[in-house]
Amino acid sequence: MPAITETREQVEKLGQSSYQWGFETDIEMDLAPKGLNEDIIRLISTRKEEPEWMLEWRLAAYRSWLKMKEPTWAKVTHPPIDYQDVHYYAAPKKKNGPKSLEEVDPELLRTYAKLGIPLHEQALLAGVEVPEGEEARMPVAVDAVFDSVSVATTFRKNLAEAGVIFCPISEAIRDYPDLVKQYIGSVVPVADNFYAALNSAVFTDGSFVFVPKGVRCPMELSTYFRINARNTGQFERTLIIVEDRASVSYLEGCTAPMRDENQLHAAVVELVAMEDASIKYSTVQNWYPGDENGRGGIYNFVTKRGACRGARAKISWTQVETGSAITWKYPSCILQGEGSVGEFYSVAVTNNHQQADTGTKMLHLGRNTRSTIIAKTISAGKSDSTYRGQVKIMPKASGARNFTQCDSLLIGDQCGAHTVPYIENRNMAARVEHEATTSKISEDQMFYCRQRGLSEEDAVGLIVNGFCKDVLKELPMEFAVEAQKLLAISLEGSVG
Amino acid sequence: MSELLKISGLHATIDADGTPKEILRGIDLVIPPGEVHAIMGPNGCGKSTLSYVLAGRDDYEVTSGSALFSGKDLLTMEPEERAAAGLFLAFQSPVELPGVNNANFLRTAVNAVRRARGEPELDAVGFLKAVRAATKNLSMADDMLKRNVNVGFSGGEKKRNEVLQMTMLQPTLAILDETDSGLDVDALRIVAEGVQNLRSPNFSALVITHHQKLLDYLGPDRVHVMAKGRIIRSGGPELAKQINEEGYAAFLKEAA
Ligand SMILES: Nc1ncnc2c1ncn2[C@@H]1O[C@H](COP(=O)(O)OP(=O)(O)O)[C@@H](O)[C@H]1O
Ligand SMILES: [Mg+2]
Repeated sequence: MPAITETREQVEKLGQSSYQWGFETDIEMDLAPKGLNEDIIRLISTRKEEPEWMLEWRLAAYRSWLKMKEPTWAKVTHPPIDYQDVHYYAAPKKKNGPKSLEEVDPELLRTYAKLGIPLHEQALLAGVEVPEGEEARMPVAVDAVFDSVSVATTFRKNLAEAGVIFCPISEAIRDYPDLVKQYIGSVVPVADNFYAALNSAVFTDGSFVFVPKGVRCPMELSTYFRINARNTGQFERTLIIVEDRASVSYLEGCTAPMRDENQLHAAVVELVAMEDASIKYSTVQNWYPGDENGRGGIYNFVTKRGACRGARAKISWTQVETGSAITWKYPSCILQGEGSVGEFYSVAVTNNHQQADTGTKMLHLGRNTRSTIIAKTISAGKSDSTYRGQVKIMPKASGARNFTQCDSLLIGDQCGAHTVPYIENRNMAARVEHEATTSKISEDQMFYCRQRGLSEEDAVGLIVNGFCKDVLKELPMEFAVEAQKLLAISLEGSVG
Repeated sequence: MSELLKISGLHATIDADGTPKEILRGIDLVIPPGEVHAIMGPNGCGKSTLSYVLAGRDDYEVTSGSALFSGKDLLTMEPEERAAAGLFLAFQSPVELPGVNNANFLRTAVNAVRRARGEPELDAVGFLKAVRAATKNLSMADDMLKRNVNVGFSGGEKKRNEVLQMTMLQPTLAILDETDSGLDVDALRIVAEGVQNLRSPNFSALVITHHQKLLDYLGPDRVHVMAKGRIIRSGGPELAKQINEEGYAAFLKEAA
């Protein structure tokens, strides 16, 4: 039917321009020459004013990386990456380092405005009080990462009063060297995998969080990552340490400018939770996925891992992954402390030519450890998505329990979804449950919704959000709303 | 205007394993505003097909004929445009939407058509008031709104949910495809009252049914008998009585 074809074409056109956050900011760049060698690593370390031990650590990582090969087990394909064709350091030109938002490059602030970063913290900084009768909402502290250098950190003072440290990792290396030295690489060792080793050698920034004993972090912490320099690899490093009976909720979200060339991103996130501590780590990832023909887009190779070191510690990962051309990401938990808890809630959406291989690993070491995995995979267009999960129960983990639920939703008939669960149970007194479903958005459902007046996009949005409900409800409020919109946007033009 | 819906010489086919199969073979039908018309006919004669073609389902190809709705060419409109224009179809088999909250679905739908009709959207409070009143009229339990659309609903609950949607969407033409099938007497009365509540000079209904009972409540203006993709006979309510007593056989013989 011609009318429908025409609409579809219009919708497809929209699909491309719908990557509304594809713009570049014009800020003078300070670029290191392309390529990777020990001199570049020394340059990074010098620029960051790092102590000698940090440089040695980086060099050790680099030397292991040289001996490693890219992993090939994931279900993703891409042209070979030339690691010598990447700039490993880029920084907005420093004007003696901004110390407050006023000193931040206004161009940068405009970028944040375009990104829709909720700068209500600006209002709070200016001393604006919450009007009476209105519910005082939990403020959000932002450690904004712009390319490789953190340029604005707010709320530091409030946090400091609570004893919480929240700062760029480069600063933590200078100001809290003992803490960093003790924990960095303790969850993700330098030679853990190819990308983690690369990150360890060249990471340029990221966040550091330390919540001391007994402290509930008074606000949700969030970092907005943004990739903005042509051919600049992004190597973020995040380290979060939460001591006994302390807790924190950390939000990570990002968008990126539209471009042709593939961009390499290899982040490492390490979480450490001590006795009765709890860490909630939420991500909404919306990097440029490439155009509808599969050109461009971010390559996202991430190592995220948390260690529940103390008894009853809890680590909860929630992720909504809609962006990137390639996603390679397995946020994991090492459940060491007796009765510790690991959770993984994930929505991964792929459209057009995107490829995602994502999932989690739950390693049960301690007695009565528990893990829950809820993974929702949505594939549309010609995309391909794989859930890859590993549940491993070690001999000492008596009474351990795992529940895994993997659901795939297919939109159209040219996409793929795969579920690869590895279960290894070495303790007879442990219990592992796995459930999996695959479904499609049916013509009947689409017609029913449209007969009720919903557009195709609204209908898909509603059905997809329904499908993801169990995961979305784990997100902090402001993220949940953003995530719902993102899901609808990323699937635009995928039906018809 | 003396006709809300005007169908002329409508032919439609469906793709049956690669070859088009003609199901509607020349339908002529006029429904003026404010009237209730009934369509009766043996299973498989094309009643649901007619309702789907009018609502804009993709699987059918209209090979000839026309359908005007308030003077506009219905057949070139998208399904959601037809809904916004005031056409509502109560499905013979309502579709389940797992994970989609019934109230949320209803509110999204109501606001989508309101937006398209240039009416202000209902906020959460306004919507809740309207929907509470409607569910009460239909003797629906409150928890039906909290459940997922049609998931785990009994047959009767599904049909009532269709009538609830109809009530909230305020159509000018409602096509009810066997909404009375499988209902017990009480449910049937509630559904009939749901339709009667909408009766006005701006509301017409095309009621597809096998049973006299619903028509007794509604008092149709016209009854049409359909067979093999055509309307073979039209008349007043007495036609329905005749079918009820004698079955379709006599009509079919007459048409053959
Ligand atoms: N998808 C389909 N493929 C082939 N034939 C179909 C399809 N859908 C309906 N039909 C046929 O079309 C005819 C009319 O069906 P329908 O409109 O549902 O009848 P009614 O509602 O009057 O019982 C039937 O013979 C039915 O088998
Ligand atoms: Mg039927």
